[in-house]
Amino acid sequence: MTATATTRDVVGPGTKVGLRRVPRWGQALFVLGIWVLVWAVMRGQDTLILPGQAKTGLHDSMSQWKSDLIAGRDDNAFMQFTGWIADQIEAVGTWLQELVSEPAPPRPVPEIGWFGVVAVASWVGFAVAGWRIALLVLGSFLAFGLLGYWEDSMDTLIITFFSVAVALVVGLPLAVLMAKSTRVTAVVAPVLDLLQTMPSFNYLLPVFLFFGLGIPAGVVATVIYCTPPVVRIAAHGIRSVSGTTVEATDSVGQTRWQRLRKVELPMAKSTIVVGINQTTLAALAIVIIGGFINMPGLGGPVLDALTGQQTGNAFVSGLCIVIMAIMLDRTTTAASVHGEKLARSGTFDPRRHRIVLAVTGAVALVCVYYSRTYLKLAEFPESALGPAIGREMAMKVQSFADWFTSTFDAWTTAIKDVVSTFLLNPLQDLIANSPWYVTAVALTMLALVVSGLRPALITVVCLTGLYLSDLWNDSMITLTMTLVGALIVMILALVLGVAMARRPGVDLVLRPVLDAAQVMPAFVYLIPTLLLFGPTRFTAIVAGVIYAAPIAIKLVADGIARVSATTVEAAVSSGSTAWQVITKVQLPMARGNVVLAVNQGLLYVLSVVVIGGLVGAGALGYDSVLGFSQSQYFGKGIAAAGCIVLLGIMLDRFARGAVERQQRNNDILTRRPISGAI
Amino acid sequence: MSTTAEHEASQRLTNGHDATNAAVSVRALWKVFGPKAEQIVGSPEATLSRSELMTRTGCTVAVNDVSFDVAPGEVFVVMGLSGSGKSTLIRCLTRLIEPTAGEVLLDGEDVRDMSDTRLRELRRTHVSMVFQHFGLLPHRQVIDNVAYGLEIRGAKKKERHARAKEMVDLVGLTGYERSYPDQLSGGMQQRVGLARALAVDPSVMLFDEPFSALDPLIRRDMQKEVIRLHEEVGKTMVFVTHDLQEALKLGDRILIMRDGAVVQIGTPAEVVAQPADDYVRDFVSDVPRSHVLTLRYVMREPRPSDSDEGPVMSPDTIVRQAARAALASAHPVRVVENGQVIGIVDDDAILRVVVAEEGAPA
Ligand SMILES: Nc1ncnc2c1ncn2[C@@H]1O[C@H](COP(=O)(O)OP(=O)(O)O)[C@@H](O)[C@H]1O
Ligand SMILES: [Mg+2]
Repeated sequence: MTATATTRDVVGPGTKVGLRRVPRWGQALFVLGIWVLVWAVMRGQDTLILPGQAKTGLHDSMSQWKSDLIAGRDDNAFMQFTGWIADQIEAVGTWLQELVSEPAPPRPVPEIGWFGVVAVASWVGFAVAGWRIALLVLGSFLAFGLLGYWEDSMDTLIITFFSVAVALVVGLPLAVLMAKSTRVTAVVAPVLDLLQTMPSFNYLLPVFLFFGLGIPAGVVATVIYCTPPVVRIAAHGIRSVSGTTVEATDSVGQTRWQRLRKVELPMAKSTIVVGINQTTLAALAIVIIGGFINMPGLGGPVLDALTGQQTGNAFVSGLCIVIMAIMLDRTTTAASVHGEKLARSGTFDPRRHRIVLAVTGAVALVCVYYSRTYLKLAEFPESALGPAIGREMAMKVQSFADWFTSTFDAWTTAIKDVVSTFLLNPLQDLIANSPWYVTAVALTMLALVVSGLRPALITVVCLTGLYLSDLWNDSMITLTMTLVGALIVMILALVLGVAMARRPGVDLVLRPVLDAAQVMPAFVYLIPTLLLFGPTRFTAIVAGVIYAAPIAIKLVADGIARVSATTVEAAVSSGSTAWQVITKVQLPMARGNVVLAVNQGLLYVLSVVVIGGLVGAGALGYDSVLGFSQSQYFGKGIAAAGCIVLLGIMLDRFARGAVERQQRNNDILTRRPISGAI
Repeated sequence: MSTTAEHEASQRLTNGHDATNAAVSVRALWKVFGPKAEQIVGSPEATLSRSELMTRTGCTVAVNDVSFDVAPGEVFVVMGLSGSGKSTLIRCLTRLIEPTAGEVLLDGEDVRDMSDTRLRELRRTHVSMVFQHFGLLPHRQVIDNVAYGLEIRGAKKKERHARAKEMVDLVGLTGYERSYPDQLSGGMQQRVGLARALAVDPSVMLFDEPFSALDPLIRRDMQKEVIRLHEEVGKTMVFVTHDLQEALKLGDRILIMRDGAVVQIGTPAEVVAQPADDYVRDFVSDVPRSHVLTLRYVMREPRPSDSDEGPVMSPDTIVRQAARAALASAHPVRVVENGQVIGIVDDDAILRVVVAEEGAPA
């Protein structure tokens, strides 16, 4: 530890003797000041602006490459391989669809009608997590139908389950390997890091290229996106199984396989289920953007409604996703403790339990039979009660939205204008309207001063990539939006986090709200913000802030809460005011968590700001969307996707470097890898 | 706690003979943690202090050229301060930690030569271990924790539960079969650990500070429990502790370790009466000597002038047990071994031992 500390000090900027005494934020301000001076003189030169519809030779050649690739698909072994995989996924997916959501020819309806599906789903809920969860599942499934999105919801569930199943089949063995072998960890961990740093949006273009559209592309994108959490969390769980217990059970002569099966996996079970929960929610996060690649499910309707400015419809279809997220979250969480809870309750009788399960299972099967036999029980009774409710709700929300926007337009516009005029525009002016080399040098210097040499080098590499992509200016605009969003997130996090840590009452009220908010897919937040602020960059920033704030607030609150009570007591007894305790004791001691909150804030906001390209946020997000929608812009889209990755890595390493310098011995970084956004 | 036969066995072994029928026999055992561990073994570097060796080579010598024998049925205690290498040593016996050099013979077979299968066999049937932090499986009920060793070797459920039930009764946990470990107190959890180790009916039991995590009162109960079990089942035991009281109470013989090396091996009385060096002397300075010392260590040479009317006692009588009779009699005690008077203990000698410890915190 000391060895690394001294090398750091040697290579860090601190060695410049004059700077050593200046604190880091002072050095950063100094760099910023010089940047502003240079900007004042050179503003507008060499900004590398590339208008929305314009593209460069690089982009064209990438588009050409894609066309060639697709044209030569039959000769290219890799493309044939991915094509074959796509066919297999399509086959399984279609089979599942015909089972529950689509007509299964020659039947005019799915094999199992809605009635049977609801019964089986509720029974599964009962079996894995008890009757409360069964009721939740039942209610959720009925809600899907009543809101008018039965088929789409079933499709989304199919893709989610399919993807999670694949993710577990791939991820759990990988997690075991990672837990057992440091070598595997050394190889896999950085890949997981990278995957988790990337906004989900980014997987779409390459997946589209190799797997086309529809179910296969949807499943592949989802699997890539949702596998890392379970691998990481399960590996962690297995690794942290008590060494004493492993040793004690080794001492009676178990084989390695027995150790894994009887000791490590059961003991890590609840952690593994947390991983499965995270993976499931991650899979759900892809649902909406999956609409871009024609993934069946709720994504399509939400996207259509969003682009068509139909707030009401967006709300109702978004509501289905929210319900689904809550249902899956609650179910997996409850399932993790269900078995043991049962076994521990004094009255538990395994035989009776089995009988109850068998009987209820039989009832579910009877329901399946009826739903196959009677048409009425096969298709959700749309005309009777279904979409009417959904449509009515959409209309009400729409009229509310119209009323709201017309009434509060002045307010929302004022907020938007204030932030734009005083924060967004000046910052964008500085970052994007400085000559590119000035911005590049300034950003590198900032990374060097704040985070150290390695992050600075990584910044140089990433900035070079941005420059070479011919999307410099768009990247800088996206960067600005991300920074502004993260800034707002941090203000919220500090104010609310401190309040939560200091006042149990605030914590009591706020924490459940934050927990619930963290379960939602990012895209859901675009719906209300779009209503409030219309299609602008500001909307994307606000959605990003809402998405990122919960995790940041919780990190700050937990960091402060962990400051030892004795230390605080000592500070108070020596006559500190509340403000002094906060600023001089609690925040500095929680610095590691605060900087971690910055890291998470940056990545989360970035991921939403990018999706915001869809609702008028422009810049890299817009370029990516263009890549899907128009073939000749594919190259530009891919370049934009690359830029998003580079920005993500740059911001991540920047904040990480800052944490590492702040608290080299804080265990947060070593234990819990910083995970990325949506 | 030792029967005469065992005691004789241990006496023999103390003197270093007759390793052939020892239950456990350790020869020149080394464990070095760190890079290129093998090169440290027996090299001049091994004599360096721990911190110096660490900075020079990055290695720690946890077990340094240790040899000893344990007779069948003996309770052999390994004692030393924390970090002296006790846990490492006891784990080397079944290769839970792989030794760097030396021999570990269990019933004459070298553990280090065993294949994985043979080693597993050994752990399943021959040697079992009790751990300081219990190491129970939190997701299993007591009965399944106890049955774990039987389950591992493939016993049928009915059979292993019957055996486990017996063990649960034996350690006094009747009625708690269906509890989970976290529903039990520390002392009860360690009883489960004990039952698990007993369930496979091993011939050697290893204990690594099994009672250090327990409250003093419970610790005393558990020590009694071990003494009782030893009398009932008569296993060979290797018992690690850092608590001298415990060592003296349980051990037929005690091995005292410092920085990985053996400082002294001897019976409790030997260790207290003739500490090998200042380290051991320091250790035993607080011991209530009258509870440990035998007459052998306080007697003087017989003189012709000695009265021959005093009470007769064996040299292995503990001073405290001799005190009453000795002080009551007007004549000094005659210590007799094999029909020969080998020494005389007068009131002064007894009083010296008893009075000396009144000043010391017992
Ligand atoms: N796995 C290990 N790696 C490196 N050093 C170890 C390891 N285990 C124990 N040691 C070192 O070996 C020495 C003996 O440790 P241990 O056997 O646990 O002592 P005790 O049980 O007597 O307290 C200590 O200095 C300890 O730091
Ligand atoms: Mg130890």
